[in-house]
Amino acid sequence: MIMTGARIIIETLIEQGCDTVFGYPGGQVLNIYDELYLHSDQINHILTAHEQGAAHAADGYARATGKTGVVIATSGPGATNLVTGIANAYLDSVPMVAITGNVPTSLMGRDSFQEADIMGITMSITKHNYIVKDVSDLADIIREAFMIASSGRPGPVLIDVPKDVQLGECEFLPKGKVAGKKMPAVSDEGLKTAAEMIAAAKKPYIYCGGGVVASGAEAELLELCEKMDAPVGCSMMGLSAIPADHKMMLGMQGMHGHFVSSKAKSQADLILAIGVRFSDRATGNKSVYAQNAKIIHIDADAAELNKNIPVKLGLVGDVKDALQRLLPLIGQASHPEWHEQIGEWKKKQAEFRTKLGAFSPKDIVETVSRYAATDAVIATDVGQHQMWAAQYYPFKSKRSWITSGGLGTMGFGMGAAIGAIVGSGKEGILFTGDGSFGMNLNEMATAVSQNLPLTIVLFNNGVLGMVRQWQTLFYDKRYAQTTLARKTDFVKLAEAFGATAFRAVDQTSLEEALEQAKKTDGPVLIDCVICEDEFVLPMTPPGGSINEIITERVDS
Amino acid sequence: MSSFAIALRVSNQFGVLTRVSGMFSRRGFNIDSLTVSNTEDPRVSRMTLVCQGDETVKKQIIKQLSKIHDVLEIQEMTPDICVSRELLLIKVAINGNTRQEIMDAASVFRGKIIDYSPHSFCIEMTGETNKVDAYVELMKPFGIMEMCRTGIVALERGENCLKNYAYHTGEEIA
Repeated sequence: MIMTGARIIIETLIEQGCDTVFGYPGGQVLNIYDELYLHSDQINHILTAHEQGAAHAADGYARATGKTGVVIATSGPGATNLVTGIANAYLDSVPMVAITGNVPTSLMGRDSFQEADIMGITMSITKHNYIVKDVSDLADIIREAFMIASSGRPGPVLIDVPKDVQLGECEFLPKGKVAGKKMPAVSDEGLKTAAEMIAAAKKPYIYCGGGVVASGAEAELLELCEKMDAPVGCSMMGLSAIPADHKMMLGMQGMHGHFVSSKAKSQADLILAIGVRFSDRATGNKSVYAQNAKIIHIDADAAELNKNIPVKLGLVGDVKDALQRLLPLIGQASHPEWHEQIGEWKKKQAEFRTKLGAFSPKDIVETVSRYAATDAVIATDVGQHQMWAAQYYPFKSKRSWITSGGLGTMGFGMGAAIGAIVGSGKEGILFTGDGSFGMNLNEMATAVSQNLPLTIVLFNNGVLGMVRQWQTLFYDKRYAQTTLARKTDFVKLAEAFGATAFRAVDQTSLEEALEQAKKTDGPVLIDCVICEDEFVLPMTPPGGSINEIITERVDS
Repeated sequence: MSSFAIALRVSNQFGVLTRVSGMFSRRGFNIDSLTVSNTEDPRVSRMTLVCQGDETVKKQIIKQLSKIHDVLEIQEMTPDICVSRELLLIKVAINGNTRQEIMDAASVFRGKIIDYSPHSFCIEMTGETNKVDAYVELMKPFGIMEMCRTGIVALERGENCLKNYAYHTGEEIA
C-alpha cells in the first residue's frame, strides 16, 4: 500500500509493538501528529509540558516496563530539548527511540528556521542515529532503530526525519516486530573457570548492577546468591533487582552506600560483578579498590571489561543466560565465618549517629514506604533525597526503581515518574528535592492532565543539599549559590497546577498527609520541610577508599 | 606506549568518519594517522588507523570501535602478518650545492622527483612508516619547505581478508 512517510512512521511504530509515545508537536512534525490524531485508538500520545520531560518520560516508561520508550519532538529547539533526556538514557543503558522532525532536505544546511544538526549533536550520546533522506528507507530504519535500542546493552537511538520525507510517498510492506540482535553467549570454558573461582572463594561478594535488571535476571540472581551463600551489594542502578529485605542483601555500595556493603566488598576474596561498569562513584580510589579480591565480571558489553578496573575473568554475553548456565556448575556453599564478620559490621553500622533533625529523611522514606503499594514505582530526582531513597527504600518488586544513575540529571524525576506510571499502570512515588523539582516542575501540568496516581514527596530544605554537603565537608562551609532563598510555596504551587498538596513538618503531619493522599484521586504533593544541614551518610569522599569513609556527623 | 595499526571495514554512510573520530576525542585516545577509502564493495569503506597506547588502551579502542553500528569488521594490523605502506610528498629547498645530493638520496630511497623548480624539488615516496621517517630525517638539513603524508594503509598477508574476520567475543582471562 502506498503511504506517506508520516503514516509509515505510525504504522511501523505500531508494528514494533509501540502503544504509547511521549512528545510535543511543532512545525516540522505536523504531519506525524496528523497521523497520530488519526491513529489515536492504536497509539496513546502523552503531551508533556516540555520536550525534556517527554524524553525523561520515555526513559521512565522503558525502565518500568522493559519495553523501548518512544519520544517525538519537532526540529531545532524541540530536538535540542531532548538532548539531556537522551544522554541520560545513554548513560543508564535505557532502550529509547527518539524521532525528530527536521526542515525539508532542500533547506538543510542553510541555517533555516528551527534547524539544528541533531544528528551531529546526539552522535556521542546515542547508540546510533540517522537522518532519513529517502522515504523508501524510512520503515527499515525505524525497525533497525528498535533493534539497536533493545539489543545487547540497550540505549537510545535517534531518527531525524526531514519534513519532505514525511510528505513523500512509497510502498509500505508490513514486516512484523524485529527480533533483537542475538548476543554471543558466554563460553562454556569461561563459565567453568568462574565456577572454579567461586568454589575456591571463602569470602564471596556479588556486586549487582543495572545489567541484571536490563536482562531480567532477578530470579537467577536470587538463586545464585543463596547457592553461593554470598552477600549482595548493589550499584545504584542495581537496586530493586533483589528485595531489600532479603537476608543476603547488604544494600547499595559505593560513595553513599551502606557501610556494611562497601566494607564487605573491600574485604571479599572474590567479587562476582554482574552487569556493572565500575563507575567512579562505586569504586572510589581505584588503586586500592577491592585489593583482596579476585574479580569476575559478567557484562553484555565487552568494552566494559577492564575499562575502569582490571578483572581476573571477564565474560561477555547476556547476563540472564550466563547466570542460568552458571547455576548448575556451582554447588551449595556455606560461609558462616564470613557472615559472622558481616554481622559484626552490621552491628557497627546500626550504631552510627546520622540523624540531625527530629524529622529525619530516613524516617520520611521509611514512612512513605509503609503507605505505598508493594509494587509502586519509585522515581527520584538527583541529590541528597535520591541517596536517601536509594539507602532506605525497602524495594520489593523488580523494575520499581527509576533513577538517574550515570548522568545524574536534576529534573529527571517528574518526567520519569509520569512515564513509569503510564507504562506500568502502577501507582508512583517521586522523591525529589526543592532544587531538582524546580528544574522540571512544569510536568505537574502533565501529571494533572493525565490524572496520574503520583505522590510527590518533596524534601524541602531551602538549599541544594548535596552540593551544600560537599561545601560543608570540603569547602570550609562557603555556601556558594546553594542557599536558595526562594519564597516558593509548594503547596500553593501544586494547587495552582490542579493537584492536591499537603505540608508535613513532623512525623504526625506526614502520616496524616499520606493518609489523605491514599484517598485522593490524581497527583498529590507532600512538602516535607527538613533541616538544611542533614547529611547523606555514610560518605566515601571522591577518590577515597573504605578507610576514609565518613560515617557520622562531626560538626553538630 | 607503543604504536599500533587497526583496520576497519565500515558502512559507506555519511557521518561514519565522525562517529569513528568522535569516539577517539570523547574517550581521550589519540590518533596518529587515519585513512579512509573506497573498497571493492561500494557499500563499504575501509579505514586504517594508527594509534598510541599500551595493551589495555589498544583493547579498549578496538572494543569501543566495534560497538559503533557502522563498523562492520575490525582487526589489528600487526607488522608480522601485514603489509603496510604510506605515501610521502615532500618539497625540499635546493641550490647548486645540494641538488645532486638530494637527487641521489631520492634514488637510494626509491623516491621520485615529480616537480622541479629553480629552488625546489617535490619528491614522491612510498614505503613503510620507518622508511618514510628515515627519509624525512635525512631531508631536514636541506630545508623541508612543506610535506604531507597519507598515513598508512595496510592489508593482511596471504588470502585472508578483513571481511571474513570474525571478531572474538571479548572474553578476558588475566
